[in-house]
Amino acid sequence: MSIEMTLQRTSGTAAQSSHVESAARRDPRAEPAAVRIAIITLAIGFLSLFVVLPLVVVFVEAFGKGVMAYLSALADPEAWSAIRLTLGVAAVSVGTNLVFGLAAAWAIAKFDFPGKTFLITLIDLPFSVSPVISGLVFVLLFGAQGFFGPWLQSHGLQILFAFPGITLATVFVTFPFVARALIPLMQEQGTQEEEAAISLGASGLQTFFRVTLPNIKWGVLYGVLLCNARAMGEFGAVSVVSGHIRGETNTMPLLVEILYNEYQMVASFAIASLLAMLALITLIAKTILERNIDEDMPHDH
Amino acid sequence: MSVLAPRRSTLPGFGLTMGLTLTWLSLIVLIPLAGLFVRSTDLSLAQFWDIVTSRRTLSALKISFGLSFAAALVNLVMGTIVVWALVRYRFPGRRLFDAIVDVPFALPTAVAGVALTALFAQKGWLGAPLAALGIKVAFTPLGIFIAMIFIGIPFVVRTVQPVLIDLDPEIEEAAASLGASRWHIITKVILPSLTPALLTGFALAFARAVGEYGSVIFIAGNLPNVSEIAPLLIVIRLSEFRYADATAIAVVMLVVAFVIIFAVNRLQRWAQAQAPST
Repeated sequence: MSIEMTLQRTSGTAAQSSHVESAARRDPRAEPAAVRIAIITLAIGFLSLFVVLPLVVVFVEAFGKGVMAYLSALADPEAWSAIRLTLGVAAVSVGTNLVFGLAAAWAIAKFDFPGKTFLITLIDLPFSVSPVISGLVFVLLFGAQGFFGPWLQSHGLQILFAFPGITLATVFVTFPFVARALIPLMQEQGTQEEEAAISLGASGLQTFFRVTLPNIKWGVLYGVLLCNARAMGEFGAVSVVSGHIRGETNTMPLLVEILYNEYQMVASFAIASLLAMLALITLIAKTILERNIDEDMPHDH
Repeated sequence: MSVLAPRRSTLPGFGLTMGLTLTWLSLIVLIPLAGLFVRSTDLSLAQFWDIVTSRRTLSALKISFGLSFAAALVNLVMGTIVVWALVRYRFPGRRLFDAIVDVPFALPTAVAGVALTALFAQKGWLGAPLAALGIKVAFTPLGIFIAMIFIGIPFVVRTVQPVLIDLDPEIEEAAASLGASRWHIITKVILPSLTPALLTGFALAFARAVGEYGSVIFIAGNLPNVSEIAPLLIVIRLSEFRYADATAIAVVMLVVAFVIIFAVNRLQRWAQAQAPST
């Protein structure tokens, strides 16, 4: 029988029919039922224990003393100041990285030049740097003992332990997101549509806004979504440059830590639950966007 | 008609976008990182060596690298099992679990940190039964290990998943038709073609765990020489205004991180060379 099947495989359509035929008897690519069940159980068990339970515990702890305790924890002025700061930092970080990401993706995806791979590696660099080090580099630049510390001090400018420092560290850690989302998509789409628009007399900006942007809109949203999630959730880098001034320089993740260390569990987990909801919404939106991006990808088949 | 001739130069905006890219990249990423290395040259080699080989620093580096390696190994094994179940089998909730794999990416690390600590504390849902067995997780190195496994989960799954999906079914069918056993096919045919992706996922999970801070420090206990990770020691040295110490530890960690990126790049080139041209 095995010779029969190898012979059939030489012609394309015969291979198809033999595949159907063998699947009807016993799929050669399937493991025994016992192995299959064991693997599925292990996978579900591992993900439930390590991923689902931590998510559930956040909400259980947050509502541990009832809905009223939860709401009053969120109504605290310190919580509001943290939420405002987090939103502000995220808005600036996402905005700047969006402009950068669009520019980088245009240059990298639409043109050929030497050293392209190396440039992409450099853009990816912040992903490989420990968050703590991402904060440290800005302390070394702008701290009292830093390169620009004395100059900043004499001019009365505050970067560290203030909004600019927190934003800089956040821009650093979220640097690659938009560019990374756009480069493969735009490379895959090529340059033909843009070239057609230019040859018909459209300006560069018109071409970008009328031709390129509609093609990559889901990719842009995808990059912005991931960039925003990380910007709002960043802890290590922000922790190093924030100074932890109460009601002033604490972002939401930093407030989670402070309240936790003060044994204010409901308040800490209430803020944590907001961040967990942000993560869940991000994941749902990401799944939907991935489907849309797949449709924007020019496929060969 | 030459279709292959480069015609990309007809589009405008290369100078502007490239200039913007390089300027912004330099200002935000390259100059700050270079500043770290410049700063480390304030130290003589002997001073640098003394800091890095002091008992506390060495312990912290050993804890970070050792536990990260162990956690990445667990991720390698469990990630392979998870990806196999997600790609090859159909079971209720498969798409949900597929999406759940990304939770450690999306959940802010501080949230993961407090959640894991609550879970594994002596009175926690998992901590209590484990304590009954005499196993203490929270505030021990075991807690660090657990947190590092958590944050490493997506890396192996997401690097191996596309490769396993694209694996040509005919190779397996051919091997089966030639009489190879299923075990033989998996170990001799499938695993070798997944190896570059597996190693890449392992390296990424390892690198992430080494640098991880937020999800680890809550559950770690942070006892010097016992459960103090290298990133935390950097934070402590900074708060003591011992910038030189912080910088030296950071340089060691960055150099290792760069070596890992280099290795991953080589791995990916290897994978591309191995893959049949499409």
